[in-house]
Amino acid sequence: MYLRRLQVTDFRSWPHVDLDLGTGPTVFVGQNGRGKTNLLEAVGYLAMLGSHRVASDAPLVRHDCERALLRAAVVNGDREMTVELEISPGKTNRARVNRGQPTRPRDILGIVRTVLFAPEDLSLVKGDPSERRRFLDDLLVQRAPRFAGVRSDYEKALRQRNALLKTSGKRKGGREDPYAESTLDVWDTQLAEAGAQLLAGRLDLVAELAPHATAAYEGIAGQNPDRQAHVVYRSSIGDAIPDGYGTPGGKQAEPDTLTEVLLDALRESRHADLERGVSLVGPHRDELALNLGDAPARGYASHGESWSFALALRLGSYELLRAEWGDPVLLLDDVFAELDQRRRARLAEVAVNAEQVLVTAAVDEDVPDELSGVRYRVADGEVSRE
Amino acid sequence: MPAVLAARADWAASAFPAGCELFEGVVQDLIDELGRLPGVGPKSAQRIAFHLISSEPADIKRLVDVLGKVTEGVRFCELCGNVSEQQQCRICRDTRRDGAMLCVVEEPKDVLAIERTREFKGRYHVLGGALDPLSGVGPDQLRMRELLARISSDEVTEVIIATDPNTEGEATATYLVRMLRDFPGLNVTRLASGLPMGGDLEFADELTLGRAFSGRRSL
Ligand SMILES: Nc1ncnc2c1ncn2[C@@H]1O[C@H](COP(=O)(O)OP(=O)(O)OP(=O)(O)O)[C@@H](O)[C@H]1O
Ligand SMILES: [Mg+2]
Ligand SMILES: [Zn+2]
Repeated sequence: MYLRRLQVTDFRSWPHVDLDLGTGPTVFVGQNGRGKTNLLEAVGYLAMLGSHRVASDAPLVRHDCERALLRAAVVNGDREMTVELEISPGKTNRARVNRGQPTRPRDILGIVRTVLFAPEDLSLVKGDPSERRRFLDDLLVQRAPRFAGVRSDYEKALRQRNALLKTSGKRKGGREDPYAESTLDVWDTQLAEAGAQLLAGRLDLVAELAPHATAAYEGIAGQNPDRQAHVVYRSSIGDAIPDGYGTPGGKQAEPDTLTEVLLDALRESRHADLERGVSLVGPHRDELALNLGDAPARGYASHGESWSFALALRLGSYELLRAEWGDPVLLLDDVFAELDQRRRARLAEVAVNAEQVLVTAAVDEDVPDELSGVRYRVADGEVSRE
Repeated sequence: MPAVLAARADWAASAFPAGCELFEGVVQDLIDELGRLPGVGPKSAQRIAFHLISSEPADIKRLVDVLGKVTEGVRFCELCGNVSEQQQCRICRDTRRDGAMLCVVEEPKDVLAIERTREFKGRYHVLGGALDPLSGVGPDQLRMRELLARISSDEVTEVIIATDPNTEGEATATYLVRMLRDFPGLNVTRLASGLPMGGDLEFADELTLGRAFSGRRSL
């Protein structure tokens, strides 16, 4: 898949950009703060309906504007589609496909697929578990767009249950709320049902991703039997997850089974949940453990090893999406400057074979020779072709 | 080298206005307010706004008066909670309706949506919302007690749960099912799926909603 054309209006620093793009590498070079990453962020938004840098939409809209507009012509095989997305913070975002009726943004998921490498990726290894959960869920949604709904249902049910826990907890000592238990039962059900879908999706994803990540790490860091990279899903409900779930060559995860498992876990945790006013178990507390040999990468791996692991997760994602849907668009944001010779070479090797790769760099020297495709200068609010 | 900024003609025609703000001041305010109304898209909002701007002052005054009366308070049916001009609404007063069937909905607008399908000949019970702890809505804030009273005293034999197919609506349905389990002989059904998930009952088209009605499942 590749973007043949990209139009960006009032997005971040850009009043308007209109780019004709092609297959192979396209490189955007320019000094810091000129808006290179903003362009890649726009492409990423079309694929994920979110930014890799901020959690809310407001910073994405150009100062003093009400809405941003993204539009792309996407070529997949011999088919071309136009996707449009209007981002209006505080209102409802809208999308259109092939100039049809406006729809929910969710309906365009799957038309553009991307894998983004960015300097922020180091936090996949060094950051909080929430970073790794987000990595998994973003990948899950790109593989199967229906998980966008599952994810938001789960988040909604979680917020509702937590709100209820807080108000029920407060009444402790005071008058008993006669409805508290029965209402909590209901939200447990909602949370368990959405949670089981999400959990099943993640477990199956990890089972498939794990071998790719291990292989990719070996490709970057070389073979070393004592320092093999492994990714393992570690659930907050621990041993209750049936054997074989989430392991390569294991069993496909059954949402119905997991609903029961989650319901039990929620029931068991209810007392503590009420004390604390938050839900202490569930997919929102799970972890994607990254291990090097016997040790966890987080807190133990060296800086270089951490970078290799982050790259391996992204390369693994790329391979996974590729096997199912054909090449996703590869977005390399300023990553070569961060990497040593060996890692640069490995990433360039993959990138040069991708159907389309969009690269940003502050200076020309940061871009490996293999990727010297079409080159754009980004300066003074303009993008100009060399 | 040329800057690649010029938009081609075919790309310039946009569904969404490319600029930041189209109109200034009170006109834009009016469009924004109208656009906030359910079922009114940006294009209709513009059309209505410009229609109003060019209308006779007397016509606008009538609209303002009605809106004023609405803010002063509308009445609700004492039985079912639907909006009503009298103590009891048209449907509750209609003796041809089947009192054995009771359809539970969140809002008065859902009554309207279901009435349009002409599939249902029973009566309604409007809860006045859905379970929503984030907004401080629990069973106590909904018309649950009134529902229990109606079921205990009336001739109701079937309850059809028609809450919205979203998280809050599903939670409310689950709550109702558990609450109504204890009534012997009461048949409790839920609108068949096929309604777009994550949605609003009122947005389901008549055919889908009608089909959901005839295919409702027992719980
Ligand atoms: N909503 C916004 N409205 C206007 N300008 C914005 C907005 N958000 C970000 N910017 C501007 O965009 C610029 C950053 O752009 P971007 O991150 O793309 O830079 P870059 O070219 O990738 O730089 P670097 O080489 O440092 O990574 C900053 O100058 C910032 O002020
Ligand atoms: Mg940048
Ligand atoms: Zn009535």
